Amino acid sequence: MSLLTLKDVHKSFGPVQVLEGIDFELNRDEIVALLGENGAGKSTLMKIIAGVHSPSSGKLLLEGKEVAIQSPKHSQQLGISIIHQEFNLLRDMSIAENIFLGRMKKNRFGTVDWKRMFSETEVLLKRVGIGHLSPKQLVMECSIAEQQLIEIAKALSFDANILIMDEPSATLNNEETDNLMQLMKELNEQHIGIIFITHRLEEVFRVADKAVVLRDGHLIGERRVTDTDKDEIISMMVGRELKDIYPERNIQSGDNLLDVSSLSVKGKLHDVNLTLRKGEILGVAGLMGSGQTALSKAMFGLLSIESGEVRINGTSVRSPQQAISEGIALLTDDRKSEGLVLELSVAENILMPNYRTISNRGYLPKKKMKTIVNQWIKELSIKTSTPEVEVRTLSGGNQQKVVLGKWLETKPQVLILNEPTRGVDVGAKSEIYKLIKNLADEGMGIILISSEMPEILGLSHRVLVMNEGRITGELDIHEATQEKIFAYAVGGENG
Amino acid sequence: MNDRLLQSALFLDKFRVLIIFILLLFVASMVSDVFFTVTNLMNVLRQVSIVGIIAVGMTLVILTSGIDLSVGSVMAVTGAVAAGILTAGFPLPVVIVLTLVAGLVIGAFNGVVIAKGNVPPFIATLAMMVIARGVTLVITGGSPTVISDATYRFIGGGRILGIPFPVILMLGIIAVMYWVLKNTTFGRNIYAVGGNEEAARLSGINVTKIKISVYALTGMFAAVSALIYTSRLMSAQPNAGQMLELDAIAAVIIGGTRLTGGKGGVIGTLIGALIMGVLDNILNLANVSPFYQDIAKGLVILVAVLLDSKLSKIGK
Repeated sequence: MSLLTLKDVHKSFGPVQVLEGIDFELNRDEIVALLGENGAGKSTLMKIIAGVHSPSSGKLLLEGKEVAIQSPKHSQQLGISIIHQEFNLLRDMSIAENIFLGRMKKNRFGTVDWKRMFSETEVLLKRVGIGHLSPKQLVMECSIAEQQLIEIAKALSFDANILIMDEPSATLNNEETDNLMQLMKELNEQHIGIIFITHRLEEVFRVADKAVVLRDGHLIGERRVTDTDKDEIISMMVGRELKDIYPERNIQSGDNLLDVSSLSVKGKLHDVNLTLRKGEILGVAGLMGSGQTALSKAMFGLLSIESGEVRINGTSVRSPQQAISEGIALLTDDRKSEGLVLELSVAENILMPNYRTISNRGYLPKKKMKTIVNQWIKELSIKTSTPEVEVRTLSGGNQQKVVLGKWLETKPQVLILNEPTRGVDVGAKSEIYKLIKNLADEGMGIILISSEMPEILGLSHRVLVMNEGRITGELDIHEATQEKIFAYAVGGENG
Repeated sequence: MNDRLLQSALFLDKFRVLIIFILLLFVASMVSDVFFTVTNLMNVLRQVSIVGIIAVGMTLVILTSGIDLSVGSVMAVTGAVAAGILTAGFPLPVVIVLTLVAGLVIGAFNGVVIAKGNVPPFIATLAMMVIARGVTLVITGGSPTVISDATYRFIGGGRILGIPFPVILMLGIIAVMYWVLKNTTFGRNIYAVGGNEEAARLSGINVTKIKISVYALTGMFAAVSALIYTSRLMSAQPNAGQMLELDAIAAVIIGGTRLTGGKGGVIGTLIGALIMGVLDNILNLANVSPFYQDIAKGLVILVAVLLDSKLSKIGK
């Protein structure tokens, strides 16, 4: 019996048609993967089911009965829970308080019944596989993966029978993703229907029963995963055949550009050595939190170095200002809080690290700025109506291109990319890959940090693997395989 | 929402402070015939100038998502410094320069404590508010220092082409800061720091320097106001500028600059200061008791900000 049915759902915001004639069905024993490039309408569809938006036309049926969902709260009462990409947890409060936020259990004196809340929380945490955490622990002290599971526990506490997850694995490493997939299957066996959005196709074939593909607000098709393959799904998503999203690799090695010698940062990095050559793409792999981000920040002069140094052109890097003027650029893994000023325009974000070089003794010539901005918008094909648009209104892929534009304008010799395709759709991903390759061909040295193995293997010339702040392995691309990298990443001695 | 509606909503969003101000002018002309006379309008402008100049500094600080509670006390202490060295016999240009430098140094001190010491701006400037008031009392000995130099009167009381000199100072400072915010590296970096400090730091912007600079400028603008204030009264008052910080913050917020930083500007602040000035003026012209004036002023601030947030939602 169908748990949730959508019939001919349309949604428009003003003149913009976001969804057109969507039919959708979720059964009690199903896990459905919802796929599509950014801007395809996936999030809008999820928000309609979760009661955030109401459809312009069309029907929504729960267990065969037509319902009009009034609000997110109403949808919760109907047994629908949604877990957004950005968690809605209060970091300074305990796990139990977060789960029962807004509906604290009370005892007969009308004060908070901590005992009951803690014991119920304990049961919930066990159910999602983090029974080792105390309900009293602050959310702040939990890892990202644990926070995700807390969100799921919270959703379960509403007796949800439909669970919606927006890119649940986006910030998880492989092992954590495995656990999540396992949990999704278990919950599904308890008759909770699950819809999840993802950009990682591997996951679709691992857990989903059905893949539903949207493009430009239209339903392109749905397939049982047993009847399809990756290539078909990708071509449905992008509307064209996408034979190989990784460009051909040019093997070339020039002079040394950047030298990192015995670099240590207290509690984060231990005795890291690496060299980067001109025109080289150096992949840095490892489980999340193994020191890759610390390494990227240390190379950019952001962390206080305990010992060792980072040298470029014979100078030792000590501050971001100096790193930039010596030709190092850093694209961080957290675009929203570190890469962009979301409420400033596309133009201002591109110009931000470049004001010093553009300005004429502090004065900023308008014409020159306009030329620079337009050049990058064109070169990187950033989709924006005008350069004056606030950058937060752009899709993830286009936001990432803005960050790339801002750094490329600094004319770097070394480009450090930390998770350059996180939250970016397949089409934009392949554009970014081509760009990375072209930059390396032109002689730029690129350090590519990524938790997506295929990305590392598809682009790099050489791969370093990190574990607990150390470099535990170095592999030439010809000898690198997922298995070898993984062995080094978990700290195995001989790969 | 159709296109025309959206256009007018965007228009409202951009000019909402101005619209509120024009509505107020309309009310003012109904309340009193005297309001729209040149003498009265010049009076309003002159009265606004002290808060207006300080509010320009406050705008910069708030744009970086900071706050400066010490401006009133800094005005008092730099006023006392000015009166002190003037009566000690120093020539006027030296007095002016030293006073401005004193303001700049106190402001820079605030900035260093905030940016380098990582003290929240509210706390750092609250401490300075108390310290500077104390220093003022020490310098003045608790009673007004009278100024006898007649040329000094020009700063607060002089006119050029019929326009009061403080008004020229205020408009000049606003014009310069408007230009700086719009067209210089320093200006654009202020918005970046307030919009997302981390992203700004990672873009190689020297966040510490920007922060110290905005507090230093605010201190200097407080010193400019101190010159005007002491010149108007021809004395330095130990209790000068009390509650002035609140008027300045109100002008900035009414003017549409966001309290959390990254958005806004000095033109809005000018209008914000004028709204408060006109309001004072109307209430005076209508002979409302001073006790009721405060209540009315507070209410108008509330209404203006509420209206502002309503209008800004339509614009979204």
